[in-house]
Amino acid sequence: MDIHEYQAKQLLRSYRVTTPRGEVVYTSKAAARVAEELGGQRWVVKAQIHAGGRGKAGGVQLGTSPDAIAAIADQMLGSTLVTAQTGPEGQRVNRVLVERASRIEREFYLSLVVDRDSQRIVVIASAEGGVDIEEVAGSHPEAIHTEYVDPGVGLLDFQCRKVATAIGLGNRTASFTRLLKRMYRLFRDLDCLMLEVNPFIETEDGDLVALDAKMSFDDNALFRQGDVVELRDFEEEDPKEVEATGHGLNYIALDGSVGCIVNGAGLAMGTMDAIVHHGGRPANFLDVGGGASPEKIANAFRIVLQDPNVRAILVNIFAGINRCDWIAQGVVQAARNQSIDVPVIVRLAGTNVEEGRTILDESGLALIQADDLDDAAAKAVHAASAEGVPA
Amino acid sequence: MSVFVDRDSKVIIQGFTGQHATFHAEEAMSFGTKVVGGVTPGKGGTTHLGLPVFNSVAEAVEETGADVSGIFVPPALATDSLLEAAEAGVGVAVIIADGVPVQDMVRTKRYLAGRSTRIIGPNSPGIITPGECKVGIMPSHIYLPGRVGVVSRSGTLNYEAVSQMTARGLGQSTCVGIGGDPVNGTDFKTVLQAFENDDETDVVVMIGEIGGQQEVEAAAWAAQYMSKPLVAFIAGVSAPRGRRMGHAGAVIAGESDTANAKLDAIEGHGHRVVRNPADIGETVFRAVKEAGDRVGAAS
Repeated sequence: MDIHEYQAKQLLRSYRVTTPRGEVVYTSKAAARVAEELGGQRWVVKAQIHAGGRGKAGGVQLGTSPDAIAAIADQMLGSTLVTAQTGPEGQRVNRVLVERASRIEREFYLSLVVDRDSQRIVVIASAEGGVDIEEVAGSHPEAIHTEYVDPGVGLLDFQCRKVATAIGLGNRTASFTRLLKRMYRLFRDLDCLMLEVNPFIETEDGDLVALDAKMSFDDNALFRQGDVVELRDFEEEDPKEVEATGHGLNYIALDGSVGCIVNGAGLAMGTMDAIVHHGGRPANFLDVGGGASPEKIANAFRIVLQDPNVRAILVNIFAGINRCDWIAQGVVQAARNQSIDVPVIVRLAGTNVEEGRTILDESGLALIQADDLDDAAAKAVHAASAEGVPA
Repeated sequence: MSVFVDRDSKVIIQGFTGQHATFHAEEAMSFGTKVVGGVTPGKGGTTHLGLPVFNSVAEAVEETGADVSGIFVPPALATDSLLEAAEAGVGVAVIIADGVPVQDMVRTKRYLAGRSTRIIGPNSPGIITPGECKVGIMPSHIYLPGRVGVVSRSGTLNYEAVSQMTARGLGQSTCVGIGGDPVNGTDFKTVLQAFENDDETDVVVMIGEIGGQQEVEAAAWAAQYMSKPLVAFIAGVSAPRGRRMGHAGAVIAGESDTANAKLDAIEGHGHRVVRNPADIGETVFRAVKEAGDRVGAAS
């Protein structure tokens, strides 16, 4: 789960990490008021969307009067911001953060992530702040410093000093150590997967300030992170994905024409791959999970059919915990109660497969049955690309 | 021989009296698995499925001599159960739960470093040595005793691959589901090492996914130290960048995480790769045949 920048900064402040003074607003009038209240001569307006790359897309702008701030906010609010990370459809801006502009002396990069290769939390830091860290990693990896945290003892002071020295903050090791250890505690306490401050800055006055902040949390730990769950913004998520989650389905919209209903994340990916192998393109990833009831399957059909690009649906079930007869009942129920105007290809295997096939045969529905994964993918791609709409 | 579990494994089930645990314990027993008891705190002294229930793993191990534990508890409790099993000296602990917080696993792995307990999972379908022992949730009827070792992240892709093999008469020595989480107990390389040392395995199949470099590192190791043929498939050629594809670990973070990059790297290490998941069975069949021909020519 991701949160907005202004929310991430609130959390950082609650761990006594310094951020610029500011406030989130929903109207241009409020933007001007906040600028006045903050005081000073320069302010920054930052579009609050979950995707990165806002700066280059015009989602971060400076203004030198409350009127100018109102004008910038007015232009941003309600607009659709297209960044390198949003995809071509962009993301609508519903709120903006107004902050007092900082007087920057130097910029740095600092993040914490759960690193899967070392299976530890790792600190990543660089003297090259405010730029795409992946680009730095590619062009001059020696500018990136990493420090692995032993979970038995946590992040140690000497490690912080090492990082500080490596990025040229050797004269501020004490304040940097405080900053980094507070970030680490937040990361650990709130079950973060990623906490990125890019850039954090040294101001002209010598303070270390988190100028930007990005946080992602472990979905598997949200059950014990009630305060974090409160920060969820559903408008940043695909409504079909949100609805699917509510039905216990794992759905991700893609841009192809073959709708997929599969059990298991691995097989769902494998099914998409088989479709691509046969020259087609999947319209979605959908994992119905274990213990899929007929209702769950019917819901899966409804969500997949909301995508207007879907020209055929492939149901691929290899039942372990699941039961093919329940799946078949769900398919029949969906076909009877919903208007499905695209061909449906069904491949069943595993537990109770014979009972499942019998239910499909006896339903009298025009379903296309497939023998195995290859057959199913071929038939689905053919159906999706065929001229006209078959029965 | 087989790897990690066999006909002599004495299995206990943690969370024994729960609905899923009960169902899968019965399945495993009907498959011939030596289930010797289970643990449900507070229900010690009772019996379930005709077997003793204990309050703690330590008691269960002391009374039954169990050396393998199937952990069937909810994700929030999984690492606690795992640590309890490790403290009690269980040799192999299998965690089925999907949804274990990743930092719990980070801490748990640190705690268990240097101890002998082998962890399979979390988010795993389990482990099965066909005809001998099953600790997990897989549909046992699709498996066939034989000489192909299978290791996968995903459960359902494991079933898919195994059914393609079984349909061609290719049986399996052991199938290990290491789980779909980013931080897991046993990695691909460790399982490949075990298969390399197993006299009853001739060919090994590795089924990976997008995300991380575990599969590539395992393939690099195998290129140097493994004498047995390795066949690899990586799911997610069609997956978009930056999206989590169901499994917590299945996300493309950088260029080297993509399925094609991983497949190319594995192929570069001289192994057979499968680009279409429907071809796994056929590719293994050819690898087995070639291995057999080589053995035949040598003798």
